[in-house]
Amino acid sequence: MFARGLKSLSIASVVLIVGAFALVFFYAPNDADQGFVQKIFYLHVPLAIVALCGFVAGGVFGIQFLRTGDRSHDLRSYVAIHISLILAVGALITGSIWAKASWGHWWVWDEPTLVSFLIVFLLYACYQPLRFAIEDPGRQARTAAVFSITAGAFVPLNFLAVRLAESFTHPRVLSATGGSMPGEMRLTFLVSLAGMAVMFVTLWKYELTSKQASMRLRALKRRLADEDDRWVPAGRSAAPQEL
Amino acid sequence: MAAVVRKDVLVELRTGEMVPAMLLFSVSTFVLFHFALDRRSVEGDLAAGVLWVTLLFAAVLGIVRLFVAEREQGGFDGFLLAPVDRTALFVAKATVLFCFLAAVELAAIPAFAILLLGPSPWDALPELLVVLVLADLGVAVVGTLVGALGVQTRTRELIVPILALPLMIPLVIAAARATSPLLVEGATGGIEGRWLLVLGLYDLVFGLLAFAVFDFLLED
Repeated sequence: MFARGLKSLSIASVVLIVGAFALVFFYAPNDADQGFVQKIFYLHVPLAIVALCGFVAGGVFGIQFLRTGDRSHDLRSYVAIHISLILAVGALITGSIWAKASWGHWWVWDEPTLVSFLIVFLLYACYQPLRFAIEDPGRQARTAAVFSITAGAFVPLNFLAVRLAESFTHPRVLSATGGSMPGEMRLTFLVSLAGMAVMFVTLWKYELTSKQASMRLRALKRRLADEDDRWVPAGRSAAPQEL
Repeated sequence: MAAVVRKDVLVELRTGEMVPAMLLFSVSTFVLFHFALDRRSVEGDLAAGVLWVTLLFAAVLGIVRLFVAEREQGGFDGFLLAPVDRTALFVAKATVLFCFLAAVELAAIPAFAILLLGPSPWDALPELLVVLVLADLGVAVVGTLVGALGVQTRTRELIVPILALPLMIPLVIAAARATSPLLVEGATGGIEGRWLLVLGLYDLVFGLLAFAVFDFLLED
């Protein structure tokens, strides 16, 4: 049920990612004052934007789960948040590298976007421990959905508060005026962003398919083990165990 | 709802479990800050930071305990059997937490003024009260939600603080920034309106959100 369109999505994400890297290295100009290092921007910003969208998407699936009670939405929400967390680690690391190269420090506090991103990351890092600490699957799914909705609403509010608190040094990439990027840079950036977004969806679907396959496998094993008592229960995990 | 509030306040009055502990914790933390910062007195943004971090940590102590009696002694089941709206429990618990916080602050802020604060906070008291009420509302709402999330888990003493602290960062930012001009010598009592706006927005968003999702935490 999750595997539909996986092949074309995989091809599209490979093409877009390879195309984006080709554009980054051979087409986009070097930044006037930061030089080559600035190109990490084409990785860092899409990672961050896609991770935040993934967190919010997790909240939307959480709402759908609470409304319909359909366990597959819980699985969707879990996988979206899981992959976004991985992308968020990538965004924090690349952001740190960029900050070191262009401002001279690994971490800059007067940098609202970086700081709010760290706060959001810290909050979502509690998602897995929270799920892991609840044994009853139904309660685990409901509690996780409530968490994902709360945290999803927290994302924009947190960005607002932190931005008000700090000075404005972060380059605005997607401002209302379209930023101050020349055309080649903007094209490269948009292709990188699209590539990252498609890759996220592809990975998300792969993970969903894999989780579903292992659930089916477990169900089959359980049925086979009915006669002789050799069935071993799965190890405890934060992920949803059945649909 | 009034019944739940009355029950909790009565239990607290008879056992004196939470508020004294939160208060003692706050005073110990002030003493701790005195030695850790090696200052006889603090003022301005440092004072605001010390005050809000202390109050929030004290609040976390209360949040961890908020639903324990319901969980362990079957209060949830009793509530689910009663023919009332489930969000009433949320409103009641948030009210209780708000009252506890107010009670703690009633004693903790004079203690802070005596022990650690350099300039007198009493000139700017009305403004300080506004900030306290708005921030306590936010803590009560988010705390009730996190407390209800945490009580579902086996490790609530661990889950509640790690969930509550990041969620309350916007609150700390706004409350500390709004308080710091009130805690300097000869404070004229001007608060920047935007911090009150952030506090109000925070209370509103999380109030509505908690109101909407709280039901699902009680289903069993």
